[in-house]
Amino acid sequence: MTTTITVAATPLARLALARADDALILGHRLSEWCGHAPILEEDLSLANIALDLIGQARSLYTLAGAVTGHTEDQLAYLRDERQFSNLLLVEQPNGDFALTIARLFLYSAYIDPYWRALGATDSALSDIAAKAEKESGYHLRHSAEWLIRLGDGTEESHRRAQSALDRLFPFTAEMFDPLPDDVAIDPADWTAEVDTILTHATLTRPSPAWQHNGGRAGRHTEHLGHLLAEMQHLQRTHPGATW
Amino acid sequence: MYSQGLNQSDPSSAHTSPEAARFQARIDAEDKIEPNDWMPEAYRRTLIRQISQHAHSEIVGMLPEGNWITRAPSLRRKAALLAKVQDEGGHGLYLYAAAETLGASREELVDQLLAGKAKYSSIFNYPTLTWADIGAIGWLVDGAAIMNQIPLCRCSFGPYARAMIRVCKEESFHQRQGYEIMLTLCRGTPAQKAMAQDALDRWWWPCLMMFGPPDSASQHSDTSMQWKIKRFTNDGLRQKFIDATVPQGLHLGLAFPDPDMRQNAATGHWEHGAIDWDEFKRVVAGGGFCAAERLEARRKAHDAGAWVRDAAAAHAAKRAARQAANPRIAA
Ligand SMILES: [Fe+2]
Ligand SMILES: [Fe+2]
Repeated sequence: MTTTITVAATPLARLALARADDALILGHRLSEWCGHAPILEEDLSLANIALDLIGQARSLYTLAGAVTGHTEDQLAYLRDERQFSNLLLVEQPNGDFALTIARLFLYSAYIDPYWRALGATDSALSDIAAKAEKESGYHLRHSAEWLIRLGDGTEESHRRAQSALDRLFPFTAEMFDPLPDDVAIDPADWTAEVDTILTHATLTRPSPAWQHNGGRAGRHTEHLGHLLAEMQHLQRTHPGATW
Repeated sequence: MYSQGLNQSDPSSAHTSPEAARFQARIDAEDKIEPNDWMPEAYRRTLIRQISQHAHSEIVGMLPEGNWITRAPSLRRKAALLAKVQDEGGHGLYLYAAAETLGASREELVDQLLAGKAKYSSIFNYPTLTWADIGAIGWLVDGAAIMNQIPLCRCSFGPYARAMIRVCKEESFHQRQGYEIMLTLCRGTPAQKAMAQDALDRWWWPCLMMFGPPDSASQHSDTSMQWKIKRFTNDGLRQKFIDATVPQGLHLGLAFPDPDMRQNAATGHWEHGAIDWDEFKRVVAGGGFCAAERLEARRKAHDAGAWVRDAAAAHAAKRAARQAANPRIAA
């Protein structure tokens, strides 16, 4: 009976798992809003984005599993916290709507050009990347539009949006840490894209004194363990069951 | 989903004017009534109440199932459940839009819900305790909703009828998906099968109550029938649901929690034991197990989102002002 698995990762599996973990954890976070969003339209939009991300995670886990000999569900539900290699950024709790939007925006501004670049290579991931790019383009537009509304809205929304950026910026440099056999995104391009939107939003790009990392090596913030405990509990309670 | 006991029309609806006679003649001829057509005030009020309560039911109904999105036991189930709960939100949107064609704004309707003045289907005041509840809700609650809603596809009010056609397609998908969850559990481990049985035990009677009080207890001479908002009686719909559902449950190998249930050899109908109408009255009156939490959750989301809605409005106003000041600049 399968309980916790360990994965003997090849470079390809490590890359696919890191991207899959990012998509799953962010998708899971966004799914937490469903039924609780500020307006009904946003319940639907955030659920849509969560569905895209969970779909990306499934394709990537399936690809990684073909290399490591696991199913998508084994990879998602039977690895421990220290084996998850997602970015610290995506595991941060939802906070208020501004934090959720800022987190999605900062990630999408990275991952959208990333999928485009990867889709243009002959990597084993390029088919997945080409499909993901169509979705991430929408995620970027949607989050950028909201960030502009919040930044350029009321005094309160401006303050909340700025404080969300301040809170999250120390988790952004980790996105540029290289993964094996990966395409690189120039941080300067990302910064330029972010600046364009922040200018429209009348928000200031923070210059944090330091940056955190460790997610790719399984050294997470305290938040991921709770997320996984909740997400994995049925698979863990009924080992080997089919759902 | 659908709200039980909500389909009584306004009793003060006797009309003898020429418009009223023409209106009734159109209804009798199965014409669709459209928002700008003449209609009796009582018809309008009845529809606003029914459609808005239906919309509220969709929105509150997101909560019990949403309770399991983060705990769904596989990625496929997680995606399917999230998509289902999202569909219910979409149903709420179409229904609020249908109510708006009658002159009731979504804000005002939502305020009534949050103030505790509007009803929603009391089925959502029962808790979802295990994963099998997600199967049982899809199979039984969406199944009951379909029985209620299929006749509404022929409702005399055009926008409501058209919304229901779209909604019914999705509800039947939800019903099949819920049944498939139950089937997987029933073919799984003994613990999974026990989980499925427990869910049926808890959801069966509340689902029968979804069709509303028995016809014998109906208080109003039913103008909803005359107006073709409603086409079948509560007991008639309940019977259709039971007849469709019992063979499905037996196929799962589950037992219905009703020792008096038996098939009438002469009619072929499945007959049920006595329904606890006191429980029904208590839950409809607000005494449901999760009633307080459900409304609290909606109020919390609404209150916590106020600054976001204000921000969107303020930004839109600023944009419009900038565009007016300088039309050549995209604001
Ligand atoms: Fe629905
Ligand atoms: Fe449904």
